[in-house]
Amino acid sequence: MTSGTITPYRSQLPAGRDGFAQLLRAEWTKFRSVRSWIVGLAVAGLVTVLLGLLSVAGSHTSCGGSPGGPAPASACTPPLGPGGEAVSDGFFFVHQPLDGDGSITVRVTSLTGRESELEPWAKAGLIIKESTTQGSAYAAVMITGDHGVRMQYDYTHDTAGGTGAVSEGSPRWLRLTRSGGTLTGYESADGTHWTEVGTARLTGLASTVQAGLFVASPDHEEYDQSLGASKTTGGPTQATAEFDHVALKGDWPSGTWSGEDSRGGDSGRQTSVEAFQETGGTFTVSGSGNIAPALAAGGNTVEMSLVGAFAGLIAVIVVATMFVTAEYRRGLIRTTFAASPRRGRVLAAKAIVIGGVTFVAGLAASALAFSLVGRIRRDHGDVVLPVSSLTELRVVVGTAALLAVAAVIALAVGTVLRRSAGAVAAVIVLVVLPYILAVASVLPVGPGQWLLRITPAAAFAVQQSLPEYQQVGNAYTPANGYFPLAPWTGFAVLCVWTTFALALAVFLLNRRDA
Amino acid sequence: MTTSPSPLFSVPDVEASIEVNDVHKRFGPTVALDGLSFTVSPGQVTGFVGPNGAGKSTTMRVILGLDAVDEGSALVSGRPYRSLRHPLHHVGSLLDAAALEPSRTGRNHLLWLAHSQGMTARRVDEMIEQTGLQTAARRKAGGYSLGMRQRLGLAAALLGDPPVLMLDEPFNGLDPEGIVWMRGLLRSLAAEGRAVLVSSHLMSELQDTATHLVVIGRGRLVAATSVVDLIAAASGDRITLRTTARSDAMTVLAHAGATVAATGRDTVTVSGLGSERVVSLLGESAVPFHEVSAHHATLEEAYMELTRDEVEFRASAGGGMR
Repeated sequence: MTSGTITPYRSQLPAGRDGFAQLLRAEWTKFRSVRSWIVGLAVAGLVTVLLGLLSVAGSHTSCGGSPGGPAPASACTPPLGPGGEAVSDGFFFVHQPLDGDGSITVRVTSLTGRESELEPWAKAGLIIKESTTQGSAYAAVMITGDHGVRMQYDYTHDTAGGTGAVSEGSPRWLRLTRSGGTLTGYESADGTHWTEVGTARLTGLASTVQAGLFVASPDHEEYDQSLGASKTTGGPTQATAEFDHVALKGDWPSGTWSGEDSRGGDSGRQTSVEAFQETGGTFTVSGSGNIAPALAAGGNTVEMSLVGAFAGLIAVIVVATMFVTAEYRRGLIRTTFAASPRRGRVLAAKAIVIGGVTFVAGLAASALAFSLVGRIRRDHGDVVLPVSSLTELRVVVGTAALLAVAAVIALAVGTVLRRSAGAVAAVIVLVVLPYILAVASVLPVGPGQWLLRITPAAAFAVQQSLPEYQQVGNAYTPANGYFPLAPWTGFAVLCVWTTFALALAVFLLNRRDA
Repeated sequence: MTTSPSPLFSVPDVEASIEVNDVHKRFGPTVALDGLSFTVSPGQVTGFVGPNGAGKSTTMRVILGLDAVDEGSALVSGRPYRSLRHPLHHVGSLLDAAALEPSRTGRNHLLWLAHSQGMTARRVDEMIEQTGLQTAARRKAGGYSLGMRQRLGLAAALLGDPPVLMLDEPFNGLDPEGIVWMRGLLRSLAAEGRAVLVSSHLMSELQDTATHLVVIGRGRLVAATSVVDLIAAASGDRITLRTTARSDAMTVLAHAGATVAATGRDTVTVSGLGSERVVSLLGESAVPFHEVSAHHATLEEAYMELTRDEVEFRASAGGGMR
């Protein structure tokens, strides 16, 4: 070496900061400087909103109006229960006013269906209800078709009592007492030995309430899902119960029973004279309908406005994958790792940038779709089962979070596979396809639910606004908007997948030559 | 340089050097680097030459920590590249001028690099000016000519004002004006005290630019030498003689024991005799001549001589190497 006299170069440039924030800024600069990626995210948002609009554009309300004429708006809007949830409140009610505290006791000797078809959740028993107004607070103790004795109140609450059906050979005694705001249900096999079934505390219950006998029989549903199509067949049913040994305690000022369908005269269902007969202390009551929370069916849920999220997700997956695979394709990844040799940190910065950008875009899109579609449906008079603001927030923010985390898994898979086409296909197969297969009823219910438990598509559960009620018979299938996992549990499945994909990506990044 | 007593070199941050120590690297069954060692010192342009497939690009990737070595070590300013906190302040590199996102503008390409090192847009604009990219900087890089890409790549390499520069085939795609510009820039960067390693498969590109050479073949070091020494060795003691009486001159000089060869209509290359002896012999024999000069091999010739064995091996083996 002959360079002993050379003074090595010393830069006058002030040393910049070398932190994770700089890395984040670099990745953000990369992202925002490629127009097609920005456009891709905008398309994702647009598709989400447009599909939501499309889903309601053709929808027109059909809510059991009288044939030949549109149903009045009031009939389209389901009554709301005390908790603000939509409810079914239609049953046959034989009642009279009760002032203050008191109780009613009865023996049920039979519960039968028409043509001997008894719905499993047909109900007959005692009810104390704030008023005959639909959606008012109540508590009831009842015998059911297949589910024994139950204590239910305020539409969503259910407690199981003794099992077994009722018949003339084994009648069931029921008692419902009111003491202030506390209502307690009892059952007995012999009218002597009583067992408490459950207690309801109804705050703010009026002093005078309507109390008496009730019979309900929910619509019959046959759920049939074969390849590519699901259909629900069935219709209204009726159940008939016989009561005797009616005993009242407390102040019952009117002293006479009146019977009516709780839906009132304009419900479209005729109040049948035969529905309520009393002969020598024996009451025969026939009723149909249900007193229970309303169920998601035919897109009457708030999350219908976000039905386009899966399509937006495809665009998000493409953009997020390209965010890393484009660097591999151009050899730019070497420039990246020459500038930032700690590769795990680079991937973390990329993940935060693509996840954050997608979350913001996804939140804007889902909030827009939610409010826009919601307004249109209100204007149409469509039935939308209301949920709490917190649930609405979870549906909207959860959808944005789903898109964001899916973007991160796409980034991780892109890093592992290093090829755009393969990675995009893999992530779509992993995240979007199971959702479509299950929700569009391509697969039978069993495999569909199985997919929505174990694949990242489980995260779509964050969109489910209405809970499953085990006391309401229904096809709780993905096609009807019911996911097998709870909202955040389903979301956690996606997060677990994403964590594993990221870990694999970091492992390979450090092992492989760039 | 590491053994130099100069106090300047005891501060690792200012030690501008590249050290490659006995590096072995395989890609599957292919041996890419087979115990390669060399050093690049500050203040000079070191040409990194070898036939295609000799392992030049692999060596550069190894130095940048992009490819892991199987054995040996590669150090930049005495440290492994992957341990550097602000790598672009230590080493500026240009591996592949085509490695650009085509829909990103040149300026934004420099901007994300600058941001990754905590530098600002001001530095980016300085580099754009220095590399003559003002008009192209805000256009998409996909529309750049190869020459413009080389300039952009150079701007990226210079962004951190690094004491060490490593450029893979920077002359590719440059027009003659660009080549002159690049040579001048590389020389001035070295003159500032930077260590500059420039790879090329065309020796002629490095003429008048590189003062040192690292020649490799089949992943091994063939020669590490200064250009002056290399040309002197290749030139030997040959003398070029220009004469109108070529055959007379050849006869006289051959009789005096020289090895002579006709290399043109009126030129003869003589070896084995000093130039003064040649002049006096021709004068005694009254052979007319108008020029006697020491022969100068071109860098290209010197290099061809050096790598002849490599090329022959490759031609006979017919195998490619990464």
